[in-house]
Amino acid sequence: MKSTSLHINKKQVLDWLKEVKDPEIPVLDVVEMGIVREVEIKENSITVKITPTHSGCPAMQAIENSIISLLHEKGIKKFSVKKDFSASWTTDWMSDEARKKLKDYGIAPPKYRADQQIDQPISERSIECPYCESTNTSLQSEFGSTACKAQFYCHNCEQAFEHFKCH
Amino acid sequence: MKTKDALFEFLLRLADDRLVLGHRTSEWCGHGPILEEDIALANLALDHIGQANNLLEYAAEVENEGRDADDLAYFRNTREFRNIKMVELPIGDFGFTIVRELLFSAFNLHYLDRLKQTSDKQLAGLASKAYSETQYHLRHSKQWTLRLGDGTDESHRRIQSSLNELWPYTGELFDEDEIEEHLVFELNIPNKEPVRSGWNQTINEVLEEAGLERPADDQYMQSGGRTGFHTEHLGSMLAEMQQLPRAYPDAEW
Repeated sequence: MKSTSLHINKKQVLDWLKEVKDPEIPVLDVVEMGIVREVEIKENSITVKITPTHSGCPAMQAIENSIISLLHEKGIKKFSVKKDFSASWTTDWMSDEARKKLKDYGIAPPKYRADQQIDQPISERSIECPYCESTNTSLQSEFGSTACKAQFYCHNCEQAFEHFKCH
Repeated sequence: MKTKDALFEFLLRLADDRLVLGHRTSEWCGHGPILEEDIALANLALDHIGQANNLLEYAAEVENEGRDADDLAYFRNTREFRNIKMVELPIGDFGFTIVRELLFSAFNLHYLDRLKQTSDKQLAGLASKAYSETQYHLRHSKQWTLRLGDGTDESHRRIQSSLNELWPYTGELFDEDEIEEHLVFELNIPNKEPVRSGWNQTINEVLEEAGLERPADDQYMQSGGRTGFHTEHLGSMLAEMQQLPRAYPDAEW
């Protein structure tokens, strides 16, 4: 009798999912960003649960489509990609490796959690410049080119840079 | 009353507040007073609309009648919308938009903080996500209220006038009915009245520092939005917002 079980495990699927990069920040993959929350494998089908980073993040649709394409490519016939809101995505879920990649890419990684800084005066934030590592930087705007980024300026090397906001 | 029906109504209320406010704030895109504000307001709008989308997706799932988030956003008529009146008013000048975002985000900061405790896991997660984003919104509106209130004579006059105009719409933030009472009991959603003292504190602090006068509370307060009774503004806004999908129902990006 032909077996209908898939001969793959969760780790294999997670390795595959590392091929899906964040469309806006292509050095990061969706697993190290904490977007992939769970991979469930039942007899012959896979369920991938993802969670949105910011509520309005337009990249989520692209990420969902990329995961679907990837699983088709790997020959998986039965699968579903579900959005899971039961736990709210936070920058705390980003791995140290991911933070380093962000910095190398020229984006200052998240430092605090959003709730640690609700009324923190802007002058008290010391975000390190990803280029020269100076903390002589100032916030230009808490809103930048994407929902997740803020704009900063480094007075030391005189360059503007973006900061991945604490969320 | 069935919990499923009450939850569906409640989700529409939360979603419509954000969809309508998001659409209104997005009207600044391309018209902001300075580039950073064009970007900031567009980001606020994106957060609101994103939250609305997530809430409408969940509402469609709860309703379970084959509608999806797009059906709910684009094919409901004015009388089926459940937002409070405050969010549908035209954008006015920059100060008006800022005060509206201030009043709305101050309420939601305190309300969403409590809504995170609901026994409905999906809703709790959505509330938690919206809460983090609201912190940024509140900080942004506070900073601008301070600059405009404690600015020039003209900026002060304009923002005080916006505050006076919006005040009669703030009562509706706290309106509750049997739908919410049912969910307080079944799903542990928060009551709204206890949020009022937190909201007052947040608002009063900003107004005082900005040198603005808090309008009187004992005046007529607008209501009706939660049951589909809206101002004349919502109809025209929806006509613009919904016209593309209604004209081309099969259109896809």
